Amino acid sequence: MPQPDPQVLARKPAVVAALREVLPASAVIDDPAETRAYECDALTAYRCPPLCAVLPASTEELAAVLKICHRMGVPVVPRGAGTSLAGGALPTADSVILGVARMTEVLETDYANRFIRVQTGRTNLSVSGAVGEEGFFYAPDPSSQLACAIAGNIAMNSGGAHCLKYGVTTNNLLGVTMVTMEGEVLELGGAHLDAAGLDLMGLVCGSEGQLGVVTEATLRILAKPEGARPVLIGYDSLEVAGQCVSDIIEAGVLPVAIEFMDRPCIRATDAFSGAGYPDCEALLIVEVEGSEAEIAEQLEIITGIARRHDPVELRESGSAEESARIWLGRKSAFGAMGQINDYICLDGTIPVSSLPEVLRRMGDLSRDFGLDVANVFHAGDGNMHPLILFNANQEGQLALAEGLGAEILKLCVEVGGCLTGEHGVGVEKRDLMEHQYRPADLEAQMRIKDVFDPAWLLNPAKVFPLSVSAARREGGLAPHVA
Amino acid sequence: MMRPGSEAELAEILAGAHAPLAVRGGGTRGVALAGDVVETGGLSGVKLYEPGALTLVVGAGTPLVEVEALLAEKGQRLAFEPMDHRVLLGGEGEPTIGGVVAANVSGPRRVQVGACRDHLLGVRFVDGSGEVISNGGRVMKNVTGYDLVKLMAGSWGTLGVLSEVSLKVLAQPQAEATLVRRGVGAAEAVADLCRAMGTPYDVSGAAWLEEGAELRLRIEGLAGSVAYRAQALGAALCGGLEVVEGAESAALWREVRDVAPFAATAGAVWRISVKPTEAPGLLEALAPHKAGAMLDWSGGLVWLLATGGAQAIRAEVDKLGGHATLVRGADDATVPMFHPRPAPIARLEEGLRKRFDPKGILNPGLMEGA
Repeated sequence: MPQPDPQVLARKPAVVAALREVLPASAVIDDPAETRAYECDALTAYRCPPLCAVLPASTEELAAVLKICHRMGVPVVPRGAGTSLAGGALPTADSVILGVARMTEVLETDYANRFIRVQTGRTNLSVSGAVGEEGFFYAPDPSSQLACAIAGNIAMNSGGAHCLKYGVTTNNLLGVTMVTMEGEVLELGGAHLDAAGLDLMGLVCGSEGQLGVVTEATLRILAKPEGARPVLIGYDSLEVAGQCVSDIIEAGVLPVAIEFMDRPCIRATDAFSGAGYPDCEALLIVEVEGSEAEIAEQLEIITGIARRHDPVELRESGSAEESARIWLGRKSAFGAMGQINDYICLDGTIPVSSLPEVLRRMGDLSRDFGLDVANVFHAGDGNMHPLILFNANQEGQLALAEGLGAEILKLCVEVGGCLTGEHGVGVEKRDLMEHQYRPADLEAQMRIKDVFDPAWLLNPAKVFPLSVSAARREGGLAPHVA
Repeated sequence: MMRPGSEAELAEILAGAHAPLAVRGGGTRGVALAGDVVETGGLSGVKLYEPGALTLVVGAGTPLVEVEALLAEKGQRLAFEPMDHRVLLGGEGEPTIGGVVAANVSGPRRVQVGACRDHLLGVRFVDGSGEVISNGGRVMKNVTGYDLVKLMAGSWGTLGVLSEVSLKVLAQPQAEATLVRRGVGAAEAVADLCRAMGTPYDVSGAAWLEEGAELRLRIEGLAGSVAYRAQALGAALCGGLEVVEGAESAALWREVRDVAPFAATAGAVWRISVKPTEAPGLLEALAPHKAGAMLDWSGGLVWLLATGGAQAIRAEVDKLGGHATLVRGADDATVPMFHPRPAPIARLEEGLRKRFDPKGILNPGLMEGA
């Protein structure tokens, strides 16, 4: 991270005093013992306590905070629930952490028009919880959904296991109330569809808190399906399993999820969970939705395709218990891995057709680096989550694991994919951006920030390689346009 | 007229240009602009098509009809169902895929699967300085950097000229059916359409035509599933709906998609986006100016045939928090095509235009408006 600005550090008392004028005392946290709670997010390898943390309770309070920080030239790092795996909410010593944790209200539910409006500190799962009794749900379902906040979901454009059918956050977001760094409150989108002019909401979603702070969101809610059922398919070849995924998609059935596990992952999760998985090279879990008859119709096509590829195992669920057992290992995969090893979870996406090649070359890299890699991922959309296993207590292993991670992500880009499918760039992949984008492409993205945040005060040290954004961060040198 | 044959040629043209240019795909969307025409027809051809990955990458100038034919060979399609404006506007020309993206053109199925922008995976474009810019890619999940893909969809060539687009495609369904009920007023129809959208039956079209006071609901998918859901949805709406299947059903939705009821009529045509349940009230409020109406997206999209009343129409829509686009102008050329935005938002849009088109040469004036 860049060096903190000594002038800002020196002004800490004045900044804190100004913030206390617009917020209740309990909402401004500047005691070093307490600001430690905000020193990192879920990317715990990087830590730095902020100048202070503030927890406004309304859009108005939050706007007042931003006005002060803008006037005093203090960088601001927005924070949802702090579950980012990419360091999206990692502070610098000269920054104010602006948390939305106290803004959790449901503001409006409208079933006829199929939307819910919430304050963005609300957790992802509790949005579905608020509409569940009426038979509705909010579709994007990142695995951290119990803890993660809608604010962070919007900042990172979060996905989940079911986005093959339902899309990611940007496809389910109808409107936002956003506060700019200057403290101006904007309404982008709303309960109606599409933008009157340029799609600024589309731009804000996934901008990692660098364009504005979203305080309220209008989200699409959908009617829950009548039922869902998975099928488990095992193969003794990664290529064949990859081909099966491709064939299922091409056949025109659209499963809600196609999950893929490789042998290291199958073994670890089975030992941990007792799910009873076969010991094979690749395991697929394919889930479909609908009424009983519709599920049967879809599964007939899927199992037909699976059989043509000669599986070593094909297990259709006949009951809720059997469904739970099929999902058991998959859902405990990360826990299982965590128990036997430290790991880094990557998030690259690749074209589905490159799956066998990428898995083979990842195996080669794993051997070269002498670190095991286990794979469990959303195969339907090519979003991989390779887990690099290492021992954090052994000196040099973290750096080695990060080096392997970088090579794997470069491989994803080389085959036509990208560095991150749903976690975001943050600080974690910031310095790899030049492998995916040419200078002109990055310049185009930075121009957007120049428009929304000309002084580059909002979450400034993220997304763009520090060398690339240096001129803009150091004193608002953004080329000025009359 | 300039017709670059490659992205590099397009970049050269834009780098050297100092006067306003009219950016054009097939020229079918009813936008008449001053300035030399830059036409994208030379930037055509399929770069990549992987049916098993649901991915298509094509030159922006590729005719839509070629894209659709290619996809149909593999039993796939553009799920967002782009409208053919020629039916409504009577123009000649051949719509291009770049034009579809630049105007974010989506049809009835938008209510189920999202808009064109939701199926756009990547873009390459040349900005107003002649710089080639690439964003997004060819994979479905991608949060690497800012999403300029969404920004470019619906930017009508004002931030850059698209040279290549990458799209998510989907399978054509095995079967489709439409439930039809005639003689229902707008209020009753919208209530039923919204109720239908709230069922688990995956409705992929929800429209009401003033002509014949006709409600239409579409269901698509595997044959057995369509039969089941058509029956279940009919029951949920208290029965009495006629079921139309196959090609006949498809024809009903082409009519809705292309706003066929307003073809060869006189008057202005407005495309108004509101919260679905506001539509009946809006039609009532605008009755003095209304010459015809059709609702799509369960009421969320109001197609209004109007005689005059531009200011009244926009004022009514402002009250509801939606927006009204003038798709087919009447005689009054002073009415802007796009709904005016609040000043702070207009300022941001202006800031983006200044940075992506510093010379102010790309369709100048088209999207301005506060």
